[in-house]
Amino acid sequence: MSKIKCQCGHENPFGTVLCEKCGRPLTDEAKKSEMVDMRYEGSARRSQTYKKSVIDKVWNFFSSVKIGVSIIIAVLATSAIGTIFPQKFYVPVSGNDPSEYLEYYERLYGTVGKLYYQLGFYDMYNSWWFKILIGMLGTSIIIASLDRVIPLYKSLTKQRTKRHPSFMKRQRIYGESKVSDSDESLKNAEKALKDLHYKVKVEDGAILAEKNRFGRWGPYVNHTGLIIFLLGVLMRGIPGFYVDETMWIREGETREIPGAPGYLLENVDFSVETYSKDKADEVFGEALDKNGAIVSEFKSDVKLYKEKEGSLPGSSDVEFMKEYPIVVNKPLKFDGYSIFQMDYKTGELKTMTFSLMNKKTEQSVGEFTIDLNDPANDYDLGNGTSIELMEYYADYDGIVDGQPSSKSPIPNNPAFIFNMKTPEHPDGEKSFVAIRQTLEVEPNDYEAKFLSAETRDASGLTIRKDKTLYILLLGGIVFMIGVIQGSYWQHRRIWIQKGSDSEMLIAAHTNKNWYTLKKDLDKVKEVATLPTYTDKQDKEAVIDTTEGETK
Amino acid sequence: MDYAALSANLLLVSFIAYLVGTFFFGGAVKVSKTEKTYKDSMWGKIGIVITIIGFVSQLGYFITRWIASGHAPVSNMFEFTTAFSMMLVGSFILIFFIYKTPSLGLFALPIAIVIIAYASMFPREITPLIPALKSYWLTVHVITAALGESILAISAVAGLIYLAKNVDLTKKSKERFWLEAVMFTVVLVLGFVVSSTAFSLSGYEADFTYVDKNGKPSEMTYNMPPLFGMSEYEQVTTDTMKPWFETPAIVNAKTLTTFVWSLFTGIILYILIRLIFRRPIAALLQPFANKANSQLMDEIGYRSVLIGFPVFTLGALIFAMIWAHEAWSRFWGWDPKEVWALITWLFYAAFLHLRLSQGWEGKKSAWLAVAGFVIIMFNLVAVNLIIAGLHSYA
Ligand code: HEM
Repeated sequence: MSKIKCQCGHENPFGTVLCEKCGRPLTDEAKKSEMVDMRYEGSARRSQTYKKSVIDKVWNFFSSVKIGVSIIIAVLATSAIGTIFPQKFYVPVSGNDPSEYLEYYERLYGTVGKLYYQLGFYDMYNSWWFKILIGMLGTSIIIASLDRVIPLYKSLTKQRTKRHPSFMKRQRIYGESKVSDSDESLKNAEKALKDLHYKVKVEDGAILAEKNRFGRWGPYVNHTGLIIFLLGVLMRGIPGFYVDETMWIREGETREIPGAPGYLLENVDFSVETYSKDKADEVFGEALDKNGAIVSEFKSDVKLYKEKEGSLPGSSDVEFMKEYPIVVNKPLKFDGYSIFQMDYKTGELKTMTFSLMNKKTEQSVGEFTIDLNDPANDYDLGNGTSIELMEYYADYDGIVDGQPSSKSPIPNNPAFIFNMKTPEHPDGEKSFVAIRQTLEVEPNDYEAKFLSAETRDASGLTIRKDKTLYILLLGGIVFMIGVIQGSYWQHRRIWIQKGSDSEMLIAAHTNKNWYTLKKDLDKVKEVATLPTYTDKQDKEAVIDTTEGETK
Repeated sequence: MDYAALSANLLLVSFIAYLVGTFFFGGAVKVSKTEKTYKDSMWGKIGIVITIIGFVSQLGYFITRWIASGHAPVSNMFEFTTAFSMMLVGSFILIFFIYKTPSLGLFALPIAIVIIAYASMFPREITPLIPALKSYWLTVHVITAALGESILAISAVAGLIYLAKNVDLTKKSKERFWLEAVMFTVVLVLGFVVSSTAFSLSGYEADFTYVDKNGKPSEMTYNMPPLFGMSEYEQVTTDTMKPWFETPAIVNAKTLTTFVWSLFTGIILYILIRLIFRRPIAALLQPFANKANSQLMDEIGYRSVLIGFPVFTLGALIFAMIWAHEAWSRFWGWDPKEVWALITWLFYAAFLHLRLSQGWEGKKSAWLAVAGFVIIMFNLVAVNLIIAGLHSYA
């Protein structure tokens, strides 16, 4: 496409609205308008210039702020829908059985809940369409920024000090009048502007005072930060970048750490502490009376081990690394991994002790203790008496298909089938024993009577490794720099120049915060005789000053 | 020294100072013809001095309560909301020194007063921290987020002034309706304050047992006559009234009862105001807003979003993510409170883009600023009380 040559001699790229150098309006529309759009200095933006090919159309779609805002609103609105009912993650259903989820939503929230589930809103932040929305947001940010930042940069570096009067007249803040000594005015104005920390350029009877141009780059810097952040989130998909596992570990247990091959963790002790009234300051007394016990701390005292170099996985050839008390907010950190205290269970059964009783005499003939996580097959009570553990159901769940069954390997509800061998019954008497329940095929002479149980605590830990964290943090920092740069510094420009005869022209522009720009102008006017300016947008200003003065 | 008692007294002092300050700003607006002539008015100068005294006193409340409890006083509904009102006044003082406009004080201080009154309806005793809340990052996160929200709220105050001045209240219109709706909401908050205070002075208590949504038996004490009963409730206190309705398990009938009582009281208050003044509330406010320069209010509205947005991003998103990562092992979990912070952030991002490139200034911008405040309040009030998540203080 051909270049546009301005009357001042400068060749502008096709599509330019205001001459890059002198600011003369180049299009008919700009020539007719009273105020020109200064947002991108009237530069030639790709999206405003090329509109034919498919690529142009896609580019123009994403570079439109209207579309950008629509995408933002769409993300906002759909995000809100996701908070109406709890998300899948917070639903207390274990496992991944869809029917249990459906049942949960339907039970609590009725038909609406059912619909919510069926439409996929129960896990909507992971849905394909939500991801596409976020992808569109990212695309839009990139394209919209590129469309503007390059031409903006070019025209801001090319701008000339002296502008054409037609440019000056079309600024929002503009004034013209005759002054007695224009050179004197210019000199005073230059000094005053320098005192206000403007960068002042003087050329051929014209002043361009400029301040905080770098604030103009703020949005592009903050958009870059957002893109870095989004890329960081994308990178979690790369294997090895992101680990998210949970483990339950009982007191006294040593287990391999899921997601962190080669490391083992021992749970030495788990404890829960509550605020006690006499120990806590008196200040909490009232609250404790009202709410009862308030937990002050959960703590897992753990030891971390690493398998020695070259040892087989699962071997006991380990090296002690460190000892650490994990509490909420203070994870154990090692080699890029963090282990968090997330949950706990107290009072899990560890052992059960029974005594073998002679039913008739009600005499005990011996006691035996079963380790519920590692039960032995035989318990010898001496004197020709022994117990054979024929079957063990850790989490007894009733009779299924004529067979006793266990729901899980966790000893929540242990049940046993014992074969009690005594001198009277060397082949043994069989008995099914569960909590508060004993079943016998035929009446036995002996019974295993429950005496006591020992419990222990289990700690729920989360193992996390996230190599993208630093990328996300970088994105956050870049965003903050950009948003502060763009919000706290405004790009202000003041043009003052001699017109024909003893006329003087003054115009000013800022990308935001016009109030302070006007204050700056008023300060300059205190020392230099300059034309009175008007703000074309402040219709009340005139009334305001006159009214104010009559008081 | 008894810091806890001192703290409560300092809060009372600041509450009174804001009331008196409002009165002086009202005087400043009344005696001067326009915003510009304000500088000569003694009323406004006294107003800002009293406001600063109140603010310093409230800061004293904050610090002494911190000393008394050993943790930053932002850990429950009362503390957080009070801190928010303090920062709202702080932000107003900041903006006042940039723009010197008494109209802003006349509208900002009453909002701070209503917020303090609202906060005081929640349990005020000092509570110890549960483990998840024991974190410096949490303190930094909450304080920064509240600060950002309070600066953003100033833009809503400026927006309200703009609207009160520029919406034509003589003709029926959507704008008039919505402006009055905003005023009604404020009266509703007062309704909550009045009804809560009345029932708490009368010492009303009614105990119930019920079955919660996970099927577990629980207990509940109402401090207002129970209009709605919890799911499968049984009355423990028998001489109190019987609830009119029983609600499903997912509804917190106590909250609903409080809401209906507040609504009821609010409507009565509103009708009384209408009967006494024979005009909509917005019309009552118009004479006080008329002095403000529209362009200046528009500018303040935009400027406070520009100042508040970065602070909000830092506090409500970045620090929040750092804390969430330390406490819950993940920096983001789509918890309702988190999502609503994101929504607030996206909303203000949309505001900035609309203003910058679609030229949404004046009324449109003012409405957006008011809507932003509604979202912030929704997050503070409704998300805490209704959509309870991990952050719920209730
Ligand atoms: C969550 C997403 C976004 C955030 C947080 C964000 C943030 C910002 C901020 C803070 C500004 C400066 C506004 C001001 O100074 O008043 C800005 C400007 C801008 N944004 Fe975004 N933005 C986002 C998405 C987008 C999208 C999707 C587009 C696509 C059209 C876009 C296009 C622009 C443009 C064109 C500007 C103006 C630049 C200028 O005129 O100097 N932004 N953005």
